[in-house]
Amino acid sequence: MRITINGKVIETEEGPTILRIAQMNGVRIPTLCHMEGLIPTGMCRMCVVEVQGLENPVTACNTRATDGMVIETDTPKMRELRKEVLQFLLVRHPVECPVCDKGGECDLQDYVYEYGLQKAEYQVDAPIKEYKTYATTAIKYHPNRCILCSRCIRACREIVGREVLDLQETGFNTRVEAVRPERCIQCGECLAACPVGALTENLSPIKGRTWQAKRVTTVCGYCGVGCTLEANAVGNRMIKVTTHEGLGTNNGSLCVKGRFGFEFVNSPERLRTPLIRENGNLREASWEEALTHVSGKLKEIKEKHGPDSIAGLASARVTCEENYVFQKLIRAAIGTNNVDHCARL
Amino acid sequence: MVGLATTLGSGAMTNSIADLKEADVLLVTGSNTTETHPVIGMLLRNRARFHGAKIIVVDPRKIDLVEEATLWLQPRPGDDILWLNGLAHIIIQEGLYNKPFIDQHTEAFDAVKEKVSRYTPEFVEEVTGIPKEKLIMAARMYGSARNGAILYCMGITQHSSGTNGVKAISNLALLCGQLGKPGSGVNPLRGQNNVQGACDMGCLSNVYPGYQGVALREMKDKFESHWGVPLSGKPGLTVVEMSKAALDGKIKAMYIMGENPMVTDPDLSHLEKAYARLELLIVQDIFLTETGKMAHVIFPSLCFLEKDGTFVNTERRVQRVRKVVEGPKGVLPDWKIICDLSSRLGYPMTYGTPEEIFEEIRTVTPQYAGITYGRLESGGIQWPCPDVNHPGTPILHKGRIVRGKGLFVPVDYTPPPEVPDKDYPFIMSTGRDYYHYHGGTMTRRVKILNQMCPENFLELNPSDSKKLGVVDGDRVKIVGRRGEFISKVKITDRVPAGVVFAKFHFAEAPVNIITNTVLDPESKITDLKVSTVRIEKQGS
Repeated sequence: MRITINGKVIETEEGPTILRIAQMNGVRIPTLCHMEGLIPTGMCRMCVVEVQGLENPVTACNTRATDGMVIETDTPKMRELRKEVLQFLLVRHPVECPVCDKGGECDLQDYVYEYGLQKAEYQVDAPIKEYKTYATTAIKYHPNRCILCSRCIRACREIVGREVLDLQETGFNTRVEAVRPERCIQCGECLAACPVGALTENLSPIKGRTWQAKRVTTVCGYCGVGCTLEANAVGNRMIKVTTHEGLGTNNGSLCVKGRFGFEFVNSPERLRTPLIRENGNLREASWEEALTHVSGKLKEIKEKHGPDSIAGLASARVTCEENYVFQKLIRAAIGTNNVDHCARL
Repeated sequence: MVGLATTLGSGAMTNSIADLKEADVLLVTGSNTTETHPVIGMLLRNRARFHGAKIIVVDPRKIDLVEEATLWLQPRPGDDILWLNGLAHIIIQEGLYNKPFIDQHTEAFDAVKEKVSRYTPEFVEEVTGIPKEKLIMAARMYGSARNGAILYCMGITQHSSGTNGVKAISNLALLCGQLGKPGSGVNPLRGQNNVQGACDMGCLSNVYPGYQGVALREMKDKFESHWGVPLSGKPGLTVVEMSKAALDGKIKAMYIMGENPMVTDPDLSHLEKAYARLELLIVQDIFLTETGKMAHVIFPSLCFLEKDGTFVNTERRVQRVRKVVEGPKGVLPDWKIICDLSSRLGYPMTYGTPEEIFEEIRTVTPQYAGITYGRLESGGIQWPCPDVNHPGTPILHKGRIVRGKGLFVPVDYTPPPEVPDKDYPFIMSTGRDYYHYHGGTMTRRVKILNQMCPENFLELNPSDSKKLGVVDGDRVKIVGRRGEFISKVKITDRVPAGVVFAKFHFAEAPVNIITNTVLDPESKITDLKVSTVRIEKQGS
């Protein structure tokens, strides 16, 4: 089939939505409630576009393109409509970007800036009711910042399959609530899905801005799924883990350990020097002393009892490179095949 | 691993995580997937909920995945070969097997056909308690799947008959031709982040890197020429054999890197005695672990966020691990410590970077020959990857079973080494919790995870709790044949009557004080899933 977007003729298969086809052809349509992998709802109305012959604009995220459609995505009328959408969101959403965790990586903040809004023009004298607890202590919910896009609700339902969250109450007090908190596995898929700062992680008051953080793509160190994650550090301190759709075989999903389980890195209990047992107690030693002691003792045992009196346990936790040199040490430097690890347990 | 290497020629997961999406039937057994491999668990839920995939769960416990399952069979711990052979029997009886596949790609079918013929649904029901109607439904479901994948984990392997359990699974996949295509296969989910990598690297007493046997003359020659020293051609001791040898005074020194056997290994009192006899125990870790407390020398090391290298996930995907932060001042990565020690022992290792080590790995490991750090920049690569233009292998056995022909191996049920009796009337099974990991060295030092799951708890069936007179939250003493520990009780129908379950992450309530060290004769895996215990109520 053939459609036209902003004057450009596009040959395409039947089936995809207007948004999908636009994205595949490098045409940007603003979205807030849309998230790849979730069933589109069209509820935020940021993705409105004009279709020739239709009186009203349509939402691009959940409207299928049909043969012969002529679409305009960026007319003054559409820009006005989107500005209005943003103005309505700002009625509830406070412009408190400097104190918000998401400052600098917030879709709403970006659009408000891009569309040239100067301030929240509509005021409503209806304060949001106090909100008590979220489904997990790992995450804080800020109802006033919530734009009710339902990405968190849908991510929990459609990706994690837990259905913990739903919208509750009506009008100005509409909010996301943990309606089935007992089903929450605290994986933070909702946190990752939030396009604004309505859901923020609640691990530590020490934070860092996106532009200050070093963001490194690496692999989780817990289970064998091998999820890809982005480790964020400010200075030399791990501050958070982030992901995005399409990242790794996990496609941006993580479990509670992968997303929130990194505090041990900065633990004061970390070992900092080698230790040697002396008169029954472990005492600090230099590398030189500890390595000399160990190599001397290993040589002595090997000489006296043969290489097969020595054994090594490698690790399912450390890297391949480290395991490789470990078994090489046992086999080539010591001279025994007594090397194994917990794969058998 | 030994089981699949025998039957298919490769011990690893045959398929990929992503291609589980292609399966219309998923048989999940001995894997509490949503807790132990949570992101794969999410995928399974998603397939069942939104895409009509049928999940068959076979597990003694009513694990969370049961709520997504079309069918749940509940055998007793240790019953696996009974119901697996039972499924094969029904599939053969009803003509659901894949004859062209069997003719073209397998051998010794008749031996299995003969063997399973006595595992009738009636017999299996009588011994396991699985209603025959359910077994027949499961057989028909898997037997008529377009794409049927089997996923399993330690619930199958951690038995003294674990290797036979794996062979019975392999028989089932061969029988239905569910190999070498998307959404099928025999998929052992590997536990830890780099257990696959450690195996690939030859951290197994009988093989060099790439599963090249130490007892094979040509392999020994190959590694002697690469490494420039004479090597021993005698297979070494496996993990549990090592501690037995230490207790006998045959092993005098042990070097333990990044493991905490004093929490995670079976029969802890035995292990403690064994380590106490060593002249030299070296422990290398990021924290002072329970094992470290017994060491003569401790080397501190760096965690995965502080160094570069590679991990290999359960689907054979080699992925880059990248340094994010600096470790504690003066602490060295494991590889540097090992290289320094090796040089002092008269065998210099002078690698400058992990990449230099990786370059050597790929020259001696055929499966890794085509993988380079450069290629890993754009995402992981699944081995085997024989050359730098090879895209990697998401699905093993495509077009041809790695072994040549898939080997059917007849196996028989043998009861677990421990069966309940008057003094020890309960079966205790062990496993992981969602909120903690392995020995707990890392997760027990994460405040938020400890808030979510602060301590061990023993799952106990309501009918048993009534008999014992305990209520939810009570403390009980769990007494086994080798030791005892105290734990809180959680009353739940997740476990059947007569079976209790506890996690092994908690040093203060160590389930492994009780588990046994009876070994599977081939894989040398111990029976961590079946120990017998009695339960004594404690005063509050």
